[in-house]
Amino acid sequence: MGLFILRRLGVMLLTALCLTFVVFFLTNLYPNLEKLAKTQGNQRMSDTQVETWLDNRGFLQPTLVKYGQWLGVMPGFTNTLDDGTFLGTCTRPGSTAENTAKYCGVLQGDWGYSTVFKDEVGKIVAKRLGNTGYLMFWVLVLMVPSALLVGVLAGMREGSALDRSLSTFSIITTATPEYVSGVIFIAIFTSSTVGLKWFKGTATQAMDNPTFENFFLPVLTIALYGMGYIARMTRASMTEVMTAQYIRTARLKGVSFPNIVMKHALRNALIAPFTVIMLQFPWLLNGVVIVETLFNYKGFGWALVQAAGNNDIQLLLAISVVSVFVVLVTQLISDIGYVYLNPRIRIS
Amino acid sequence: MEPLSWTGSIAFLNPILMIALAALALSIVIWMVSSIVLPEAQVTVNPDGTVSSSGGVRGLTQLALWYSFVACVALALAYAVLGIVMGTSAGIIGAISQQFLPVWLALIILFAMSIAFKRRLGLYGKLYDSPIGMIGFGLVMFWVFTGIFGALDLIVTHDPLVQVSGMKNKVPGTPLPNLEDGEYAWYLLGGDNLARDIFSRMVKGAWIVVQIAPLATMFAFMVGITLGLPAGYYGGRLDTFLSFLANLILAFPVILLFYLLVTPEIVATGVPNYMAAVLFVFPIVFISVLLNSRYYTRPNFRTPLLIGVLGVALWLYLSLISTNGFVINTDDYSIWGLPTYLDLFDIPGGILVVFVSVVFVNSPTVFRIVRGLALDIKTRDYVAAAQTRGEGPWYIMLWEILPNARGPLIVDFCLRIGYTTILLGTLGFFGLGLPPESPDWGSTINEGRKLLSIYLHPALPPAFALLSLVLGLNLLADGLREESLKD
Repeated sequence: MGLFILRRLGVMLLTALCLTFVVFFLTNLYPNLEKLAKTQGNQRMSDTQVETWLDNRGFLQPTLVKYGQWLGVMPGFTNTLDDGTFLGTCTRPGSTAENTAKYCGVLQGDWGYSTVFKDEVGKIVAKRLGNTGYLMFWVLVLMVPSALLVGVLAGMREGSALDRSLSTFSIITTATPEYVSGVIFIAIFTSSTVGLKWFKGTATQAMDNPTFENFFLPVLTIALYGMGYIARMTRASMTEVMTAQYIRTARLKGVSFPNIVMKHALRNALIAPFTVIMLQFPWLLNGVVIVETLFNYKGFGWALVQAAGNNDIQLLLAISVVSVFVVLVTQLISDIGYVYLNPRIRIS
Repeated sequence: MEPLSWTGSIAFLNPILMIALAALALSIVIWMVSSIVLPEAQVTVNPDGTVSSSGGVRGLTQLALWYSFVACVALALAYAVLGIVMGTSAGIIGAISQQFLPVWLALIILFAMSIAFKRRLGLYGKLYDSPIGMIGFGLVMFWVFTGIFGALDLIVTHDPLVQVSGMKNKVPGTPLPNLEDGEYAWYLLGGDNLARDIFSRMVKGAWIVVQIAPLATMFAFMVGITLGLPAGYYGGRLDTFLSFLANLILAFPVILLFYLLVTPEIVATGVPNYMAAVLFVFPIVFISVLLNSRYYTRPNFRTPLLIGVLGVALWLYLSLISTNGFVINTDDYSIWGLPTYLDLFDIPGGILVVFVSVVFVNSPTVFRIVRGLALDIKTRDYVAAAQTRGEGPWYIMLWEILPNARGPLIVDFCLRIGYTTILLGTLGFFGLGLPPESPDWGSTINEGRKLLSIYLHPALPPAFALLSLVLGLNLLADGLREESLKD
């Protein structure tokens, strides 16, 4: 088991390195750098000015060198202009040649400086992740129990009226992406035309003061899309368990139906959904980006949109590291959890 | 011109529809509750061996559900038929159903023909045994026909890009202020914030989805199958390497990938062209290996066949990837492609990058499914028999394993078209790739959502269109799964 986890960690590290390099390569393509120069410097810079601007800040070094600097295995780029301004990858506004570290990269715990927000990347990501973590927590609280309930109720009597109604419900939710359900919810519950006005159409205030009124719609929108899939998987696993021999034995023995479902079937039926829930996290991340844009909730997804829209290289890299980490860790947890939940499987 | 109301002179149907809908909702609830509370119907075995069950209260609830459902369907049909006959005097509903007349006709013909010949149509014919599958297929074909006829300018009432002054954010059914000859007199679903006709934009948006989504899914399947079969069949290093690559792409959050790939800056560097050049090779490889492995024992037949098929495929491939005589044309350098007089069609950079990235995102998942299926099927006896017979590995993969994996693959194909539709909508929602004035559903939803608290009508029609298409594909996949399991 220890060896297995170790090997998985190695693969994770390799994946993270490859992915960050891809992001690094794409954000460092020349047209993207040109865009960065024009948004940071001056929109009307000529081509030569752009080139000098980039060259002065070390953006025109070979990609591998720049990647090494970002990782922290190569000394940071420094340059002093003719007028005495000190520039480099490790500099912050106001720093001089003396108080700048030689190495500044991820290995040194320095995530860089965001060109959009004018702040340390580490701080921004931590703050935005906090907001999104709160959102995700409530999404999971709403989504997982209701999805499991729907799936178990539908799966306990296959083909019954309850099964068909709940299966239709879960198909409809999987067919409704967040930007559709969000728009429909906003239209029904917040607009002055329909006149219900039960909720707020934006979640901007929810960052400081989350209430049911301003926070429920974003949570519901994300939860609903993921719910259908988990519910269908739970239903499938529940129907499979309910046809097993030991359930029939219990039934013939005279155990009551509620007891069969609660005591015999439920635990075995919940093994498969566990992995599905874990593997659902990457998709939730997508939902988060859409919903945070739709409801103007300034979390991780919102930061991603801002960083990508402005080619904020270091913020984008930090964001991709975090999201890749989330994806890989949830995969690892789902694998390990599967083994613990299902004693018949041993990892070789 | 008078503004149109929703139902016009067939408003007398509205209360009846309300009653029918209420009855339907009520009977569904009663049906569900009674299935939990009431005992199951008693089944008695008759002396002659037949089985009969008493109707009971449960049967009654089922009957009530059936009748209220039929009433609702009949009323919806009445709206459509009366609308076709009466046109605009039946209000917006009537006018819309009259505009959709070619779609209704095509649907009726398709369903009538298919049901008449369903026993001869294999799995497709069996679809007509499952009501869920039929509803799903109906929804999908509705949008397919809407897309096709919309592209032929049969359904649309106005140009989707033309702005008419005075129509900004007007509610559905508003008449045009200065009517010219031959122009449709109303904006059936109102105007958007740039005073364009929402109804026509929705119909034109269907064409974009119907063009891109199935084709992109098909390419993703070709890539996934061509790589997944050897990975599953051979295993070993090849499998490890390809699985690592697939997991790498899957670990990327889709939206981050889109934001990195689908920007004008990336299009300028030519990266999508390289990706297109690589990804579009796979169908050619797939077809040539498919044909070669089958017919290599008959060289006289195989060689001309391969030359013909590969010639056409290569020509299509080259015209697909080359634009204006270049494969890649950046400021710094360019690579020569097919000369323009041989070039069959040009794909604008924006569309190409959308297409490529959707294929790129979808193919690893297909790869994993195909690999899993190949791992399972390669242990079967018929594969061992083929190996003993001395068949080559590619023959076994493509002519023994693949046909036996078709059930799950067809089901996944339907689901994946739906997912691709959602992805295209996501791209439009973030304003990536497609030009900003394009009538695709994602962009329209994105534009409409900004004024959603005041004007509902610009965002809702494309939202419901996308919802119904994806729902239709999901139902179709469910019906297909059900029917293919019956074999």
